[in-house]
Amino acid sequence: MIGTFAAIVGRDVTLAVRRGGDAATVVAFFVVVVTLFPFGVGPEPNLLARIAPGVLWVAALLAATLSLDRVFRADLEDGSLELLALAPCPLVVTVLAKVLAHWLTTGLPLLLAAPVLAILLNLPWDGFEALIGALALGTPSLSLIGAVGAALTLGVRRAGVLVALLVLPLAVPVLTFGVAAIEAALTGQTAAPHLMILSGFLLGALALAPWAAAAAVRLALD
Amino acid sequence: MTAINDFLAMGGYALFVWPAFGLAAVVLVGLWLGSHRRLRASRRALSLIEPERRARGGEP
Amino acid sequence: MSWHLLASPARFMRYSERIRPWASALALGAIAIGLYQGLFASPADYQQGDTVRIMYVHVPSAWMALFCYTAMAVSSAGYLVWKQPLAEIAARATAPIGACFTALALATGSLWGKPMWGTWWVWDARLTSVLVLLFLYLGYMALADAFDDPVKGGKAASILALVGFVNVPIVKFSVDWWNTLHQPVSVARMDGPTIDPAMLAPLLIMAAGFTLYYVALVIVRMQALVLERRVRALQQVAAGA
Repeated sequence: MIGTFAAIVGRDVTLAVRRGGDAATVVAFFVVVVTLFPFGVGPEPNLLARIAPGVLWVAALLAATLSLDRVFRADLEDGSLELLALAPCPLVVTVLAKVLAHWLTTGLPLLLAAPVLAILLNLPWDGFEALIGALALGTPSLSLIGAVGAALTLGVRRAGVLVALLVLPLAVPVLTFGVAAIEAALTGQTAAPHLMILSGFLLGALALAPWAAAAAVRLALD
Repeated sequence: MTAINDFLAMGGYALFVWPAFGLAAVVLVGLWLGSHRRLRASRRALSLIEPERRARGGEP
Repeated sequence: MSWHLLASPARFMRYSERIRPWASALALGAIAIGLYQGLFASPADYQQGDTVRIMYVHVPSAWMALFCYTAMAVSSAGYLVWKQPLAEIAARATAPIGACFTALALATGSLWGKPMWGTWWVWDARLTSVLVLLFLYLGYMALADAFDDPVKGGKAASILALVGFVNVPIVKFSVDWWNTLHQPVSVARMDGPTIDPAMLAPLLIMAAGFTLYYVALVIVRMQALVLERRVRALQQVAAGA
């Protein structure tokens, strides 16, 4: 089963890399959204520093949501999702593999781009460690929740905005504690409690989301 | 007369209390009417399609 | 959908129609009594004055918001596990009612908060999680209606209802777990309510009235859904013939 898991991860990552556009588009969207804020609220450095944690998190959330479509839909359209569902490997494991691939090609690039953008937003140095830690724990949760939303809307035509409507309310806790972690670090307190809650949320998402997504995939294949 | 005025004034908070109850009335009554209208419409739709089917000799 | 699939819905239609008028009448009565007591016969609060009367619509709405989502989640679980079509219909019928109660709780809470806290809104844990609850209701309704096939829509929405249920305990315990502007629990507490009995009575009567209102209305909505599906089934048969 581990072999199949690795194979699916490898396949999805390779496809994403080959399509080229996808990961780059997500990161580019992230950059564009973040860059819009200085234009919108004015370039005053203290103001940007004040809103930086929230802006980075909202932008990451939107960028992650943008890319959810390709977790399942391409495979559904060419029939490979059906084959994966019939394979001896349990669908839950397959889903988990696809989520990991999604995170590797979406969350991880976001994680790498975030510090650079944080500099652009004048985030103080104290917040960087918490930023990386919170995003590292939060972006996998977003991929997991997103996979559930993507799977539920597989049977819907033009599901774009609907996925966002479903995913964003469920992602609010991640957003809340992710920002709180950075703000705690910025005010000299420890970000540890917030990071621990994010870890707890991630574990919860790991336990529940693959099952919900697998059920939704099976529903779409009927 | 002043008793009624005092009641309507709600201790100075009339601007908040009455809209709150008013909103509740609008929402709950609106939902009630809308739901009953939908039920009536569905009954009507069924009555249109059922006798027509029976007339054509379809099975119930 | 064949007739035997609708057979138990037919029984539902008969039995529910017996309950509905009673539930409607009792709901109207309880709400009338509750309103009378809440607006006339109960005292104003020594701190909050007459704004405390908003509590008599705000708190029951909030309770119903959580109750409806729980009913929706339980029905959805019943549908996914036992495939009983009435369970999915019950969940679908509940969603708009729950959404209305949630929106009402938020709006009346805002009208209560402005004179009391000085602000229409604050992003504390209680208000935010109730807003999320509203989005979950809206997402459920949007997802269920987005499918061409209503059965698939019902199944997808059922999964969503269960996933979103984690928010219900968050709403309930938000005032305990976080420092919130919203006041802590004063009714459903381990050592009994802290609220004045003269205020507790109209509150509970209004809550009972709202619950009976829900019972009557969910029956109406479920009946409409059953009939609509029968119409659709007959139309499909006619189209196929």
